[in-house]
Amino acid sequence: MSATDAALQAAPVQKARGYWATVGRRFSRDKVSMVCAAVLLAIVLAAIFAPWLGLADPYQGSMIRRLRHIGTPGYLLGTDELGRDMLSRLIYGGRLSLLIGILPVVLAFGIGTSLGLLAGYLGGAVNTIIMRTIDVFYAFPSVLLAIAISGVLGAGIVNSIVSLTVVFVPQITRVAESVTTSVRNLDFVDAARASGAGAITIMRVHMLGNVLGPIFVYATGLISVSMILASGLSFLGLGTKPPEPEWGLMLNTLRTAIYVNPGVAALPGVMIFAVSICFNMLSDGLRSAMDIRN
Amino acid sequence: MTLIEPILEPLADIGGPAQPLLDVKNLTKHFPVGGGFLAEKKTVRAVDDVSFSIAKGETVGIVGESGCGKSTTARLLMHLMPRNAGEILFDGETVGGTLTMRDFRRGMQMVFQDSYASLNPRLTIEDSIAFGPKVHGIADKEARVLARDLMGKVGLRPEVFANRYPHEVSGGQRQRVNIARALALKPRLVILDEAVSALDKSVEAQVLNLLTDLKREFGLTYLFISHDLNVVRYISDRVLVMYLGQVVELGPVDEVWDGPAHPYTRALLAAMPALDPDQRTQEPPITGDPPNPIDPPPGCRFHTRCAFFEPVCAEACPALAPVAGGAHFAACHMVIPGSGHSRAPKAGGNP
Amino acid sequence: MTAPLVDIRDLTIRFTGERTVYAVNGVSLSLGEGEVLGLLGESGSGKSVTMRALMRLLPKKRTVISGSVAVAGQDVLAMDDATLSAFRGRTVSMIFQEPALALDPVYTIGQQIAESVKRHEGASHATAMARALEMLELVRIPSARRRLDAYPHEMSGGMRQRAMIALALACKPKILLADEPTTALDATVQIQILLLLRELQREMGMSVIFVTHDIGVAIEICDKVAVMYAGQIVETGTLGEIVRTPRHPYPQGLLASTVHGARRGARLQTIPGTPPSLDLAPAACSFAPRCAHAQQRCTERLPPDVVLAPGRTVRCVLAEHPVPVS
Repeated sequence: MSATDAALQAAPVQKARGYWATVGRRFSRDKVSMVCAAVLLAIVLAAIFAPWLGLADPYQGSMIRRLRHIGTPGYLLGTDELGRDMLSRLIYGGRLSLLIGILPVVLAFGIGTSLGLLAGYLGGAVNTIIMRTIDVFYAFPSVLLAIAISGVLGAGIVNSIVSLTVVFVPQITRVAESVTTSVRNLDFVDAARASGAGAITIMRVHMLGNVLGPIFVYATGLISVSMILASGLSFLGLGTKPPEPEWGLMLNTLRTAIYVNPGVAALPGVMIFAVSICFNMLSDGLRSAMDIRN
Repeated sequence: MTLIEPILEPLADIGGPAQPLLDVKNLTKHFPVGGGFLAEKKTVRAVDDVSFSIAKGETVGIVGESGCGKSTTARLLMHLMPRNAGEILFDGETVGGTLTMRDFRRGMQMVFQDSYASLNPRLTIEDSIAFGPKVHGIADKEARVLARDLMGKVGLRPEVFANRYPHEVSGGQRQRVNIARALALKPRLVILDEAVSALDKSVEAQVLNLLTDLKREFGLTYLFISHDLNVVRYISDRVLVMYLGQVVELGPVDEVWDGPAHPYTRALLAAMPALDPDQRTQEPPITGDPPNPIDPPPGCRFHTRCAFFEPVCAEACPALAPVAGGAHFAACHMVIPGSGHSRAPKAGGNP
Repeated sequence: MTAPLVDIRDLTIRFTGERTVYAVNGVSLSLGEGEVLGLLGESGSGKSVTMRALMRLLPKKRTVISGSVAVAGQDVLAMDDATLSAFRGRTVSMIFQEPALALDPVYTIGQQIAESVKRHEGASHATAMARALEMLELVRIPSARRRLDAYPHEMSGGMRQRAMIALALACKPKILLADEPTTALDATVQIQILLLLRELQREMGMSVIFVTHDIGVAIEICDKVAVMYAGQIVETGTLGEIVRTPRHPYPQGLLASTVHGARRGARLQTIPGTPPSLDLAPAACSFAPRCAHAQQRCTERLPPDVVLAPGRTVRCVLAEHPVPVS
């Protein structure tokens, strides 16, 4: 075996780096993604630690200082139509807005990935039942579906989250199913079957790691959609109820002031826009970081 | 490393050396294609009534061109897809009869052509090799010891390669990993489906030498599937020539090479590039492409390209008939006595 | 003596990007009129990259090219886009391993050939279609008139490869570059395509560079052979010289390790190890780590390019001395 011995001598001893470590390194080198991540992190931290930031009471209004302009001393971002401090309301509003933006996607990610994995790996009748059911939900535009479900369940934060989850499950399932089907056809899955492993083991060890990435990227992109839909629900009065600070609801109530003080009226929209854009950019960055070729 | 030996014992020999390790009878696989809205439903006869056996310790080669059904045969034998008809006896037993699928999986393993697609890109080499033994109840720690031991056996230094990922090693090294993975369950029969075809020539020779060593060390039996006649001749004891889902010739490799009886085998052998600049091929041995396996021609499937075509060839499908006695068979009207072909030996007479 | 048709001097190609790859390192090559040159090497040896550079098909942004490439007296590396598009197809044409990918799936074979003729020769539609039919007959596609209206997916692999050859030769190029055109084909089809190419080359008198990893294929078609390893040409010579008396240890090893004619069960000769990664520009003999004859100086500096005779070079220190008795 002199041939292989020489091959071994020639092979450099190198430290192996796992797939996710490589993705993380590439991702952290992407400047746009890092800026977006920093912005999001700042908004999330501010929302979480809002009570300790020494902000004005977001519920305390005053009829004498309504609709102050941005930059008014004492009111950095002005005040709303009831004279409440906008800076404080925007930061506190992030708590609910981010929650109903992210939570439905997280829930749908779990449910949709499981359904898609089952449909894609088992195929046949299971696939037909799951995917045709999904198609029924797909027949409705997502905004209408969200409004319809929220309308049936009634207004409220929990119901908004449930309705948005229902909207996203079919979309994630469909992506998960197609990714799973393509991985399913690779030889290593057959090799695993040939070694006698059962369906659950194969899905856990061989499928999950290979399908999670693309589904995760897709789901990250959905967060911005979720935020906008959630804002829409609040805007229509189906989500959060006043006086809770929430960006969609704030946008709704401030719309009457759009001619009086357009700068302040636009602020909740700016927040929704900024957070959506950041999540979309992160999703793009993640996609290119995961696209590792030899 | 001796501690691992008793943990995963090879399956016991049942029928003794006289019983074939693998006996395949009338194996058939048809795929329906098309048949959508208003479209006519068609059938791909991928494998059609294939029978052969592999003796213990033997290497049997299958050669043929794309679409001849050799890879489908491999997957059918591995029970990776259901068959339409036929029997697969592993050391005299059938899966579902006296043999469990679990034990069968241990007895027969496969190495695929695409060394990259057949390894999970998210698992390290060690994890990939250890996966099978763990499925069969070996503890994680022992499975890793076994994996590292096997890496050594296939010529990969464990301390260098154990924690690497498939994309971090070369094609030849990946195929060594696939071989180690197949051996991890201590199989008795290994199917090598175009296992060296994608490798560079200098690496191919290394892997062929490795396969020879492993066969001796582990007492393996090989089914070696390839389109490369040189490689098949080098490694096989007996060879099966397939054309459009059927076996057209079967026999000891030297007899088939020295006296091919089927015109297709003759064409295949003549189509090999000569390795001598002074003896270049002057005429193509046959013209045209292999026909589509969807609805193949009636009668002898080779008759559309055969130089010895006579009406009988399009009417009846020739069965495998002995050529000059012994273990050499061909499915051609020209070797069947009294078949009606003008070149066939006289019925009842001595050929 | 006239200048050769293709004259590549000291071609070096480096791919930049996430990691740098020194794909071609100082390749010099010449091809005369009517010659068939085989470029033999394993995957990653730089043979296809060299071909692509000859047609300027490499992605501009990520490629750094130095050296010179002259074809029929024109400097290929300095061509502008208009010259380049006239050059491709008329002077040099290329056929690929996968005709299914190289042919346009939405046009019929006839349309694709006619389009090329119209673009390069300004011919009328009728003339161009007549040429297309003539080409399909030339490459022996049965019932050629009917096949003019066939789409690539309606043809078998061998027929598609014939159609691609017809397309490549439609404007009578001086040089045909063939990049592993028979590798994806079945054995009985491969030999048909090889014989067809050999015949067309003789009839049309064109020059061919035939890229392959298979010595058997090279022997069927080439007059001269250049063996590539790790982005360098390690040996050139006539087919007979390379096959019978190779001087560089790499082609020697390649020929020795062939399975053809090896006795069953006998151990195959192998070249140990694997080809080097091309992350760094070569500073020593790239083959030295796998070479049984490696000396200390092989690992210290680049080996000399020893010219044994016109058209016969060996990049190895062993060639500096007369043939050793072996």
